[in-house]
Amino acid sequence: MLGENWPWARFAETKWAALWAWFDRSVRGYRAKPRDRAIPALAWEIPNFLGHKKVDLDVHFDRRPRARAARVTARAKMKVHIGFFCVALLAAAPAAARVQTQIELSAHDYALLSRITWGASESDARELKRLGPAAWLDHQLHPGASDRLPRDAQDQINALTLLSEPLPDLVRHERQQAQARNAITDPTQRAAADAAYQQSLNDVVNQARTRAILRDLYASDQLREQMVWFWMNHFNVFQYKDDVRLLIGDFEERAIRPHALGRFRDLLEATLRHPAMLRYLDNAQNAAGHINENYARELMELHTVGVNGGYTQADVQALAHILTGVGIDENPNPPALRPGLQSQLIRDGLFEFNPTRHDFGAQTFLGVTIASGGYDQVRRALDMLARRPATAHFISQQLAMYFMGGAPAGDVVEHMAATFERTDGDIARVLATLFNSREFTASLDRGVVKDPMHYAISAVRLAYNDRVVRNTAPVQNWLTRMGEGLYNHDTPDGYPLSSTAWLGPGQLDIRFEIASALGGGSAGLFHTTAGDEPAFPNLRNSLFYTAIEPTLRQPTQAGLAQATSQQDWNVFFLCSPDFMMR
Amino acid sequence: MNRRKILGLAAVMPFATYSSVWAAPEAANTKFLLVFLRGGYDCLSAVAPTANTFYAETRPNIRIAAPDVNNPGQGAMALDADWSLHPALAESLAPIWRARQLAFVPFAGCDDMSRSHFETQDTIELGQPLGGDRDLRSGFLNRLVTEMGTSKPVAFSQQLPLVFQGAAQAPNIAVSAIGRSALNPRQTQIIEQMYAGSSLAPAVSEGFSVRDEAYASLAAEMIAANRGAPGPQGFELAARRVGRLMATDFNVAFIDVGGWDTHVNQGAATGYLAQRLGELGRGLAALSDEMGPAWRSTTVVVISEFGRTFRENGSRGTDHGHGSCYWVLGGCVNGGVIAGRQVPIRPDTLNQGRDLPVLSDYRALLGGIFSKLYGVTGDRAARVFPSAAPLDLQLV
Repeated sequence: MLGENWPWARFAETKWAALWAWFDRSVRGYRAKPRDRAIPALAWEIPNFLGHKKVDLDVHFDRRPRARAARVTARAKMKVHIGFFCVALLAAAPAAARVQTQIELSAHDYALLSRITWGASESDARELKRLGPAAWLDHQLHPGASDRLPRDAQDQINALTLLSEPLPDLVRHERQQAQARNAITDPTQRAAADAAYQQSLNDVVNQARTRAILRDLYASDQLREQMVWFWMNHFNVFQYKDDVRLLIGDFEERAIRPHALGRFRDLLEATLRHPAMLRYLDNAQNAAGHINENYARELMELHTVGVNGGYTQADVQALAHILTGVGIDENPNPPALRPGLQSQLIRDGLFEFNPTRHDFGAQTFLGVTIASGGYDQVRRALDMLARRPATAHFISQQLAMYFMGGAPAGDVVEHMAATFERTDGDIARVLATLFNSREFTASLDRGVVKDPMHYAISAVRLAYNDRVVRNTAPVQNWLTRMGEGLYNHDTPDGYPLSSTAWLGPGQLDIRFEIASALGGGSAGLFHTTAGDEPAFPNLRNSLFYTAIEPTLRQPTQAGLAQATSQQDWNVFFLCSPDFMMR
Repeated sequence: MNRRKILGLAAVMPFATYSSVWAAPEAANTKFLLVFLRGGYDCLSAVAPTANTFYAETRPNIRIAAPDVNNPGQGAMALDADWSLHPALAESLAPIWRARQLAFVPFAGCDDMSRSHFETQDTIELGQPLGGDRDLRSGFLNRLVTEMGTSKPVAFSQQLPLVFQGAAQAPNIAVSAIGRSALNPRQTQIIEQMYAGSSLAPAVSEGFSVRDEAYASLAAEMIAANRGAPGPQGFELAARRVGRLMATDFNVAFIDVGGWDTHVNQGAATGYLAQRLGELGRGLAALSDEMGPAWRSTTVVVISEFGRTFRENGSRGTDHGHGSCYWVLGGCVNGGVIAGRQVPIRPDTLNQGRDLPVLSDYRALLGGIFSKLYGVTGDRAARVFPSAAPLDLQLV
């Protein structure tokens, strides 16, 4: 096949829009009879043809025999145009779509792929096929250190310069800007400086969101990306509290991501030591003589043992005392301490355990006496919490809810909790117990309603496979409109994991609107400062024909058959009840 | 109301009950809105016991100062000898209080003592007794509209809240994001057909019709906004739209407002909480304004999952507590009063030495209001709020 360096490939990338517009006009010219629905369908099926590496357009014509007869005349008239177009397409092929062979996935493998990833894509389907489901799943559970991303996506992430600045520098820089702003007395100038400051905070969080979405769309280690979202939600922090917008990208990158499939105890302490968490749940303010019990309560209720995990108000207060001094210090120089306390000081980036703010007294916590001490009291409390059976059960239950869309039936949670306890909270192994369970297999057959994240990401993955979007802002906006914006849940409980939370009439209505924009190719995903690249969502791809179409409900098939154009078909498919499921 | 159903019931019911059903105001025009302040708002700042020295002592940095008799119209507004309204609320709500359309019920809440936001919010929205076998998919507003028979319910929220989940179909719509449908009528029809036989079918149809209805009612205002006309922001904007939609389209509604979990630097007469309260008060005033004549048959109840600690915490904020203070307002409310049981607030009357006790149970309180507004009494009331006798505070 022609290589990517071939000059026509470049031509195809840059001239694609013009070429398409010409072809589209040409084909539309033949759409004389409104009942002849095949022609516009053909127009948008050219990318399919690339996907199948088949030069026989009749393959797709034949899929809809009912309309076939009506197409014959039109087809003859189109020959000249198609002929020219195919030549151009050969050039476009390496750049515009990966040339691939047919994918054959069993219904079970397709369901597995859809559940373990953010949504089935052709590339991941091929990978699953290549390795076989068991080896593929094992690889997803134990990926290497870093994700593999298409070069385009990695280049975009590398260009997010605000995320590569060390967090203490970034925060100090913003703090200087904030202080300079306070010195301004002129109201107009002050307002402009305020707006500029807010914008600079927004720029940082926007870059973090872009990175997250690019990874969700294109990372080969899809399960890890799902788990990053899961833990970000489990240890939820809200972007608009104080300066969390500066901190949240780093929280995701350094506290959550390295431990997403690792050990729960490590993850727990990484979140405790991150300034985003300490700011959000106010522990940065919690000091001896100035107790603030916000974090102490949520650390038990939401992060570890759960609300019915057997703690009392007295335990909340004891833990709040244990957590005194766990905070943030933006000063690059260590605080001046009495000589005796010097050895108790811990500094790590912006994190600081300040012994002068800590209550060293012994505490009775969950029925155990924690002896007088410094940060070792914190470690001890985390050890206790991470190893409580209630924690094993609560985390297992949340994981099962996330992957099965509701309260799990049977004893799968008990089995997961047993693995959790046996392996000292090895998250990948707890997940393996879930994925190998009867209940999970049954839920693959049944399907689970997508939450907004799965809806948005799966649609883009299926429509564009490895073709990297230029602009993630539409996806960010969709998520916010559907009520599941990234970093946008204001309370520490995170978004609901149960499917039933996402089935309100208002929710579906917004999904249909998104389907309309995405299916019609007008969503702006390929918008750049230089203009718009054509979008052409390719939903009727080989994955559709081999794995999705055979499973469609009859009313869905009937609806799709009424489409008058490829855009129309795309909208119906993305609106269908079938596409609401994963 | 469903006339046929009521006549059918009347035939088998004793006369006394029969007449009490008919004595209820006309349900279709009787409007009810539940406003849920999520996060546990600090009621002791909103409706402050300014005459209480224990309050002043234990909240050195965040207490609301007693009304200044020499400067009426400045600062907090006296509600009675014990209680004062926060200055940021007095600005917008004083006219409604003076018109006797606003009442406060201190020491209100539920018996859930977990002090967990999420647990307690769920408890309240379910409206079922603690300890029993609760149906976790049945909220009390859903059961209310089921008992009403005919109603036009709506949740003004991005998700359908638990309080409206259950057997009856209730739509949700985010007031901040109402626009023209992106789909044409042909597409709409085909999509509805695709959902035939699916469990999501009712939600899909409901979504289409509610959106069209809401868009039609709000179109003029939204077109004005699109032309750059200055408009209200945040809750005030939402409340105006809610008022407009309730005046024309809906009669049992819910909206929630977040941002009340003030553990740090909550402020006093000014500051963070004052801003939130100010926005809430302006929103409720805007709602009453926007509803026009329909305000006369409207009752709004403002609740929150719990109150906060009586004492200020170590960061000039407050931690999770228990008893709250609910608001009841509307054109048909007998307001201008502090209603329900009270106790003097002292160290020994605090719940667990920490926060306010609950003396008016939310289920009894709301059950009492529903029985007056919608004639939901007896067995029907017991299905809305099982094992909670309605409490009539004579507010409606």
